Amino acid sequence: MAEAKDMADETAIDPVTLTVIQNGLAQVCNEMDLAFCRAAFSPVISEAMDRSDGIYAAGDGALIAQGDLGLPVFVGTMQYGTQAVIERVTDPRPDDVVICNDPYLGGTHLMDVRFYRPFFYRGELFCWLANTGHWPDTGGMVPGGFSARATEVEQEGLRLPPVKLFKQGELDPEILAIIQSNIRISEQRIGDIKAQAAALKIGDKRLTALLDRYGAETVKAAIAQLRARSSQLMRAKIATIPDGTYEGEAFVDSDGVVDEPLRIAMRITVAGEEMTFDMSESSPPCRGPMNSVIATTRSSVYLAMKHIFPDVPLNAGTYEPLHIVDPRGTFLYAEYPRPVSGCAAEVSQRIAEAVFAALTKAIPDQLFAAPAGSSGNFALGGHDPVKGRSYVMYVISGGGYGGYAEGDGLTNGCSTIGISKSQPVEVLEQYFPVLFHEYALHEGSGGAGASRGGFGLNYALSVRRGEARASMVMDHGRTGPQGVLGGKDGGPNRVRVDFADGKSHAPAHLSKDQDIAIGPGDVVRVSTPGGGGYGAPFARDPAKVAADVARGYYSAEEAAALFGVALDEGGVVDAAATARLRGT
Amino acid sequence: MATRIVGCDVGGTFTDLILLETGGDGAPGSGSGRDAVRTRTRIAKVPTTLDNQAFGVLRALEAADAAPETLDALVHGTTTTTNALLERKLARTGLITTRGFRDVLELGRRTRPSSYGLKGGFTPLIPRELRLEVAERMDADGGVVIPLDEAAVRAAAEQLAAAGCQALVIHFLHAYKNPAHERRAMEIARDVWPNAYVTAGHQVLSEYREYERGVTATVNAAVQPILERYIARLVAELSGRGYRHDLLVMQGNGGVVSGRIVAESAVNTVMSGPASGVMAAAYTGAAAGHPNLVTFDMGGTSCDVGLIKDGVPQVSNELEIEYAMPVHVPMVDVHTIGAGGGSIAAIDEGGLLRVGPESAGATPGPICYGRGGEAPTITDANLVLGRLDAQALLAVDNPVGIEDVRAAIATRLGAPLGLSWEEAAGAILRIANDKMAGAVRMVSLSRGHDPRDFALFPFGGAGPLHAAAIARELGIPSLLVPARPGITNALGCVVADVRHDYVQTINEPLDKVDMDLVHRTLADQIAAGRETIAREGVSVEDIRIVHGADMQFVGQSHLLSVPLAEAGVDRGTLQDAFEWVYWERFEVALPEIKANLVNLHTAVIGKRPAVDLSNLIDEERAADLDGARLGRRSVWFEGEGWVDTPRYARGKLAAGFEIEGPAIVEQLDTTVLIEPGMRAVVDVLGNLEIRIEARTGRG
Repeated sequence: MAEAKDMADETAIDPVTLTVIQNGLAQVCNEMDLAFCRAAFSPVISEAMDRSDGIYAAGDGALIAQGDLGLPVFVGTMQYGTQAVIERVTDPRPDDVVICNDPYLGGTHLMDVRFYRPFFYRGELFCWLANTGHWPDTGGMVPGGFSARATEVEQEGLRLPPVKLFKQGELDPEILAIIQSNIRISEQRIGDIKAQAAALKIGDKRLTALLDRYGAETVKAAIAQLRARSSQLMRAKIATIPDGTYEGEAFVDSDGVVDEPLRIAMRITVAGEEMTFDMSESSPPCRGPMNSVIATTRSSVYLAMKHIFPDVPLNAGTYEPLHIVDPRGTFLYAEYPRPVSGCAAEVSQRIAEAVFAALTKAIPDQLFAAPAGSSGNFALGGHDPVKGRSYVMYVISGGGYGGYAEGDGLTNGCSTIGISKSQPVEVLEQYFPVLFHEYALHEGSGGAGASRGGFGLNYALSVRRGEARASMVMDHGRTGPQGVLGGKDGGPNRVRVDFADGKSHAPAHLSKDQDIAIGPGDVVRVSTPGGGGYGAPFARDPAKVAADVARGYYSAEEAAALFGVALDEGGVVDAAATARLRGT
Repeated sequence: MATRIVGCDVGGTFTDLILLETGGDGAPGSGSGRDAVRTRTRIAKVPTTLDNQAFGVLRALEAADAAPETLDALVHGTTTTTNALLERKLARTGLITTRGFRDVLELGRRTRPSSYGLKGGFTPLIPRELRLEVAERMDADGGVVIPLDEAAVRAAAEQLAAAGCQALVIHFLHAYKNPAHERRAMEIARDVWPNAYVTAGHQVLSEYREYERGVTATVNAAVQPILERYIARLVAELSGRGYRHDLLVMQGNGGVVSGRIVAESAVNTVMSGPASGVMAAAYTGAAAGHPNLVTFDMGGTSCDVGLIKDGVPQVSNELEIEYAMPVHVPMVDVHTIGAGGGSIAAIDEGGLLRVGPESAGATPGPICYGRGGEAPTITDANLVLGRLDAQALLAVDNPVGIEDVRAAIATRLGAPLGLSWEEAAGAILRIANDKMAGAVRMVSLSRGHDPRDFALFPFGGAGPLHAAAIARELGIPSLLVPARPGITNALGCVVADVRHDYVQTINEPLDKVDMDLVHRTLADQIAAGRETIAREGVSVEDIRIVHGADMQFVGQSHLLSVPLAEAGVDRGTLQDAFEWVYWERFEVALPEIKANLVNLHTAVIGKRPAVDLSNLIDEERAADLDGARLGRRSVWFEGEGWVDTPRYARGKLAAGFEIEGPAIVEQLDTTVLIEPGMRAVVDVLGNLEIRIEARTGRG
């Protein structure tokens, strides 16, 4: 970005024009986001909003602007992906669209397919427009790509290097044929491909209009200055954190293959206006799919910081004061051919959790206890004999958020790295031969605290006809999300299958399993984690505890044991007994 | 005989009233002996009475000298239900639902309040202890999986009544497909319920998605007793004063309904305020030859933007009133952003100027109100730049000088930005205008409409002050400033038709849909609408039917609304209409993929008598433009600096007058700003049509 910095010195832009151009760039991104999700076929994109759109520098792919409506986990990855494309695609032409899903080239997992469109203004390459969308399938050993048992990336699906899928506006039928021959439910992918490319085209139009209005030189200079200002804004936030070294950790249950926890060791050093994140003491690379590529590892740190300071605008400057030591030799720096399907959905959230845990020690008032932090991916693949067709059903689920100084955690919030809505039961039952028995609050799962955690979810379902196989990649089965400042951990994730013959099955790896055979009469039961508690449970207002009991969030016994609150038979606080329990 | 119609809209601060009298000679005005057949107009603006809006309504009637016994129609827009909802002052409500699903209302769809930040939340409309389950279950095809446990329904209803619930919701899974269990449960519950406030989900919304339908039904139940009580009191007060006709009440879909039945579907009155403004715009636009409008209503804390295409306001049935409060009945689609006169301007930690969304509100308000406000606002910027009349605006009780406002802008914003106070104030306006232009872009360009095909219709107290700059930014060629921007919502009440909407989920691939079912569903919706209009007894001149279909490609989850020309539509026409709408929106054609028919809609609209808008400003017109001039004032324009600018009195402007910008047109309810290079013409209805000269932007 040296080039852009020179430009900034040449042309000073008044702060008002800067704000206007910043809003203009943000709107270009938001429009791409909206067009993409409304036109997409993949429910993961359209409903779960598992996609992101942005604008990246022509020279090095540095982030210029990215939509606020995009999936948080992509905040940091896309500039690295663009950089990889710039290095490899040396002859970009107008209306070209490059496709790539290689995780090791600035990506996440194979299902996140990236499109890159060179943006030309008056014949010159000005920047790149790019988006990422999670396709429901990109081939591999299990439908949907989340194999809990893959040990190399080839088992996870088709890996596309950067190639021009559209050549000057024309879709290349040969590349399309290769893709369609290697993925499941391929007939709907043409719709996603067109939607994904159309979103970039809309971005192209809007950005052209912005440049027509303000001039290319002004916009270029504004981009450089906005970068400097975002950096300044992030620095001002960091300056409010006391200098020092803060440590936090988080554990992934297992890698799905070897049943041992993976540790993320986070050591954050705050020095003045800069922060360094060192994860080099984390577990070594793992055999199963819980490795994280470096782009995703970095992005996870960025999104954690954005959750703590939500009002800092996103561009390359935002990240300048955040230094991430490459965690080589750990599972957070995955190299070919390590399997990586779990990195975007689960490991990323554990990294964020480790950042939260560390910074709770520095600025507890601004932090919160750990959120459930799992995407709760559950896939059911089977054959419907009545409709005569095969299907793959995905269920994503939320969990409780952590308590914080001013309030209790949210119940059934979405994943830390997501902004996705879950599918209604009425919709799932319409499309798939399943019947839900419950969709209910996971009682008792909110971690006890002065501010308690929010609650997770319990759901139970059966297939109504035909055979099916269930797979899941979840987390926090071994331990619940961390409580802080004396607060208790949230309730952990649980999975159980009750078979019609009276037997039960719980995954050996607790939160991860693959290909469990399910037939009519069998019931799959999932309980998702509650959020961590914040502050000492005995400090919680007894009246709030009584209300929680009246609502059935906790039993009277839990109120006494966890919160030291005794209730009489009518559910009213017994002040004397409470004082005895609390030792006050 | 004269016909006297009153529209009365209750807003957050003021209750506005407009009285139109057509024919006869008993003019409500000061009787100037002008043309007797001309429509006479009277308006009133009184403070809203928050605890019972009826007092404000009665005061407004008095202020307009509109004795109830002399009125032929009274149409009322009330925020009773919207406020009850937003302030959570709701009736205690209980829920009876399918076993295993009582927490649907609390779990939502796994969301959080904003993309970034992990704090905050929401309180479910019904607390968990008042949500009870009974054994019953339908499947997605409407087949009974578990029969209804009737004894359990009775016991649950009794338990909820005993717990002090005033209203009851019955919400079962897949009731949109087969409502038999909900119907039976209602019969049983009505037996034991102490009042009529029992709502079944499928009655309010026959659409799939259990959370959204459940919340919508709950909103209906929780505001029903409040609305009914309010309407009953108002009707009693009006009857006591001799009013002999039906009270008509505005709904969020832009239509009115008789006060006699309004409480049955109380949820339909939510967000009726923004809807009535858009209806007035559509009516005015149609009369003025502008069927395509973007409406821009700017008030003290926010601005609402809506779109009218071919005279028809856009309606959506997927709106969310606030975080985690989806209300999925059809409502006029209005996009709201936090920019209004009271929006605060401040410098962020990165050194950039921001305007809003924080608002100074009415208290402490902008600095110039003299109520203790210290942060510069949009209104303060307009004041120091000469766009607003300092005499009219500056506080009288706690005097604040214009110098104080300038000084605050200079020190708080100008100094850190290196700008003079004028430049800083200009910057506030530029950033605010840019933000509002973004909202206009979101409802037009982002939805596939070209702003150049529209006129901008500004209203509300501050809309006409900012509209010129926004139109210029977006290339919108003209503004249509209505005669009475400050009482547009009240006017919307007067011009709105009776309207009832119906939605039914089908959700089948188009090539497999039973077209007889489609035709039957649409026919049933028409019959239901006609029956309702007959039952409410409001006289209508004609009944108009509008059909639509929500469609998607198989495999998608978002919907596009496709207009249908007739109830007898065939399969091929549906497919073609959908493909066309899809192309218009995304410029994507997908011949490879089949279409899905998700919902069928019908709006049954009872046309009310036309209203003459030709004399909304009932004042003596001037003979020429000079006769309307009030004087001059120095006004600051971007790129021009200070310009000596003439001021005109809106009420004196007669049809055909032309004004060259720069100019300021003042009226009681607003100030219209005409920028240099723009030209305004007064049309026969008293609207100001302002043509925007294409001024190039800076850059």
